[in-house]
Amino acid sequence: MTKPDNTQPVIGLEIHVELATETKMFCRCANRFGDPPNTHTCPVCIGMPGSLPVMNKKAVEYSMKVGMALNCTVPEFTKWDRKSYYYPDLPKNYQISQYDLPLTIDGHLDIPLTGGQTKRIGITRAHLEEDAGKNVHDFPAHTGVDLNRAGVPLLEIVTEPHLRSVEEVMSFARAMHRLVRWLGVSQANMEMGQMRFEPNISLWVGDPEKVFDESAGYFTPIFEVKNLNSFRSLERTCQWVIDYHQARIAEKGRGWSLADVGKQNWGFRDDLNACEFQRGKEEAHDYRYFPEPDLAPVVVDDAWRERIAKQIGELPIARKARYLDKYKISEKEADALTLDSPTGDLLDAAVAAGAEAKRCVNLMLGKGASIANERGCRIAEIRITPEQLAELAKMLAGGKVNATAADKIFAKMVETGDTPGKIAEAEGLLAIFDAGKIGEWVDQAIAKNPQAVEDVRAGGKKQKKAFGFLTGQVMQLSGGAATPAQVQKLLHEKLGG
Amino acid sequence: MSDILNLSALGLRDAIAAGEVSAAEATRDYLDAIEAMDKKVCAYNEIFAERAMGRAEEIDKKRSAGKTLGALAGVPVAVKDNICTSFGRTSCSSKILENFHAPYDATVAGKLESAGAIILGKTNMDEFAMGSSTENSAFNATRNPWDTSHVPGGSSGGSAAAVAARMCAAAVGSDTGGSIRQPAAFCGVVGLKPTYGRVSRYGLVAFGSSLDQIGPLARDVADSALLLGAIAGHDTHDSTSIDRPVPEYLASLDKPVEKLRVGLVKEFHSESLDDEIRAAVDKAVKIYRDAGAEIIEVSLPHSRVDTDEGGQLSSYAVACYYLVATAEASSNLARYDGVHYGHRTADKVGDIIELYSRSRAEGFGDEVKRRIMLGTYALSSGYYDAYYLKALKVRRLIKNDFDKAFENCDVLLCPVAPETAFKIGEKTADPLTMYLSDIYTISVNLAGIPGVSIPAGLSESGLPLAVQLLGNVFAEETLLRAARMYEMASGITRLTPEIVKEN
Amino acid sequence: MTEKKIDRKLIRHIALLARIEMTDEQAETLGRQFAGIVAYMDKLGELDTDGVEPMAHALDVRNVLAEDTPGRSLPVEQAMANAPARDGGFYKVPKVIGDSQ
Ligand SMILES: [Mg+2]
Ligand SMILES: [Zn+2]
Repeated sequence: MTKPDNTQPVIGLEIHVELATETKMFCRCANRFGDPPNTHTCPVCIGMPGSLPVMNKKAVEYSMKVGMALNCTVPEFTKWDRKSYYYPDLPKNYQISQYDLPLTIDGHLDIPLTGGQTKRIGITRAHLEEDAGKNVHDFPAHTGVDLNRAGVPLLEIVTEPHLRSVEEVMSFARAMHRLVRWLGVSQANMEMGQMRFEPNISLWVGDPEKVFDESAGYFTPIFEVKNLNSFRSLERTCQWVIDYHQARIAEKGRGWSLADVGKQNWGFRDDLNACEFQRGKEEAHDYRYFPEPDLAPVVVDDAWRERIAKQIGELPIARKARYLDKYKISEKEADALTLDSPTGDLLDAAVAAGAEAKRCVNLMLGKGASIANERGCRIAEIRITPEQLAELAKMLAGGKVNATAADKIFAKMVETGDTPGKIAEAEGLLAIFDAGKIGEWVDQAIAKNPQAVEDVRAGGKKQKKAFGFLTGQVMQLSGGAATPAQVQKLLHEKLGG
Repeated sequence: MSDILNLSALGLRDAIAAGEVSAAEATRDYLDAIEAMDKKVCAYNEIFAERAMGRAEEIDKKRSAGKTLGALAGVPVAVKDNICTSFGRTSCSSKILENFHAPYDATVAGKLESAGAIILGKTNMDEFAMGSSTENSAFNATRNPWDTSHVPGGSSGGSAAAVAARMCAAAVGSDTGGSIRQPAAFCGVVGLKPTYGRVSRYGLVAFGSSLDQIGPLARDVADSALLLGAIAGHDTHDSTSIDRPVPEYLASLDKPVEKLRVGLVKEFHSESLDDEIRAAVDKAVKIYRDAGAEIIEVSLPHSRVDTDEGGQLSSYAVACYYLVATAEASSNLARYDGVHYGHRTADKVGDIIELYSRSRAEGFGDEVKRRIMLGTYALSSGYYDAYYLKALKVRRLIKNDFDKAFENCDVLLCPVAPETAFKIGEKTADPLTMYLSDIYTISVNLAGIPGVSIPAGLSESGLPLAVQLLGNVFAEETLLRAARMYEMASGITRLTPEIVKEN
Repeated sequence: MTEKKIDRKLIRHIALLARIEMTDEQAETLGRQFAGIVAYMDKLGELDTDGVEPMAHALDVRNVLAEDTPGRSLPVEQAMANAPARDGGFYKVPKVIGDSQ
């Protein structure tokens, strides 16, 4: 019997992304989430007799954008097909999708791995289709159907089975999430189902260097798990299925193989934090794909392709690498600044205006991030211009304001839109260089904290901490107007230390 | 019969415009005719008497106020019951849509009304347009006004019978494999299937989406031109409709086509053809030759009709058509499942599959079920290549034959159907025999070209005869002019069945 | 053209795919008619279609695209006026699991 440790996970992903168009894929109903049921429907998306689809140009272009960002080819000719199956959230009982000639094919995405390496994951295709409605299960004895989502443009991205570990799966999923948001083609809010994952998970039993070489090993059954809508459930599912396969290999050996068992559909149960069996290959669908007679094919010429390519710009992975290299910031900081493109654009513009990158980053990820967090928006959306950011960063660098004051100015700046210089002056936040005034505060602090003064004078272990404490006290008395350097200088003069 | 009923649609339109007749009078006369006659003919599924009178009065008011009137102002028309209207029901003569009220108007219904036409009612048809006799209606079998023991043809049998029996001035139907032209031939009226994409399909309940096309059924060629002009044109709601200007079909109608080249379809002029029908086609050849046209024998090898030892007809085109049409239909009709609209079983069901399967079993008639099954089979895994895909390739061969024929011809001449209207019940037992009624019409739908059925007199038994003219894509203007040449020379027009004269 | 026999099992399978309930007797009759029709369709096998481009559309139309500009939707009452069963603003069906995607 094969030892379970001689195994290699082989995983492919399908990712469904709802595109953030104004209207649906084949009708002009609003593409909007969260409204009362069946308030955004029309004869087309209810699938009423006689209605006909007309495709949304924006959805086609958004898909091209994603495909091209994934290094895919956009073939000259692409067409629509009908995929048949019965379900109450699918009003026509067929889904308009793309079968043999998808909009984009053959690409890749380089994903970061720990230790700074990257790995290239093949993208088989990214095709466009319409989303189904929503089955609502809150009723005790029946199911309710809401068609607001029916017909929303849905991009399905399919990878090659190149992922070899849970870590790789998660890195890929996060990179893809970031990419679609970056391109502005989807909100990709997973709680709202705007991005859903479907892993295909199998284990290669045998020489891990020779996956797919039949003389060197074999595959366990492939488990397909549908509709995972959080990173957590994706991660948990992959780990659960890998463990499950390991256990079956230990128990059944060669009998637990793809050849014998085939492909199975499993579902993830949030409440159980585990997967459960749904159906096997003998119950597989027969989708009866055939060309959609109601829609014309799409022919993409070079001019159109170029127009879309121009809209893409620098991609997050390239931008992150540039930030690490040029701005000398941490990995974590670079990640935070490349969640979306406008935030990085703000940083780049402030740097271009002559500010120090590191100071801009501190401001953006400090006060900036906390304001964005409160408002539930991106840093770039808190309404601050690159000029304001650059000026404030320069004031910090020149010692005109201290960090505490800068935070206050930042907040005020977002509120009023005034320049930081003007705010600092009006609010009295400019650093005070008057040694006399600071001297008074230093004296007060010394008088109030004899123990700390003693510790400083005594030297030894406690000296550093006590000195820091006194500095803090003086800063507090100054209301943030003094700079730590001035305070420390005066404390040294008065206490020796 | 009142004089109004005797006017053509064009004549009536002009009389109303001139103030000789009011739209209300005309509508009243037609409603009375329906009242008196439709018990015998069963052409209509539903009549909108009150609404029609209201619309007619509006037209009259508009006229007396001196406002410009549309091309069909005051003309009472009938609409096949698979064309959605926001008023009344749209049933497709099916139990599954028996109580379906469309929340919108088909583009064609909207165009008819904005041209001032008065929609009198919805006409009977074979369920979901699947049939060639209008016997497959879930509600009633329509009778042929020329002999009520015979079928009117189908699937637009209700529209054809209503026009023939003077229960409307003109009508619209739909043609997927001959469903306008064959009933027009059986009822002695003019039936035109336009080029695929010439008339919007938005609001036409789909049967075979790549084949379906709406067109007029009228008493003469001029009325056909008038109606086509009103309903043709680009529609942004139908991605397969063509953005191309609509010619003034009426303006040029009476101008004979100079140096007309008429292609006689060799394969359709075979032994298997009914003698009287063959004679009618021969007579048409003579008429065109006398008018100075050149007659060219053309070949459509893939539309050929063969007869086996047992006398059974067969044709690649029929096989191709029934695969393409049923495959598309199996998908188009999947939506009737009792969830969002339409019939739902009253039985208590265990699960959703049972809900679907029982509702559909109760709602669809046998022929519809048979075609859904056939189409599902043709698309299913393991059979797709041998049936559906093969049919798409044969479709290309059929189209290529037409392209070649039109290199040398302006129009093609051939029969409409292999026989005159058959007796009610005669073909219901054997579906395949019924399918062969479309043997001369279906290639036209596969190729997407226009075709028109023109009355050619009466058979010895007093049933209408007809000939068919086919045109190249978007050559409706030439097609109508050539049809008008025949109509003028033959003198056969506005045939009136006895039943109308008796009335 | 195909080796597969049109038997009751095949008819049952197709009927399930098509969601049409039928009695054994109906399946029997349909099977018989089917066999005749399918044999007729098999005639297409006589034609050589190697290298022939399949024709899915009657005309070669391309790139029919609409701008992404909102249009009118139906008011709920009108949209659902034909619904056979409802629970408030939802279409009502027997219990099903999950979503279809
Ligand atoms: Mg999909
Ligand atoms: Zn809609």
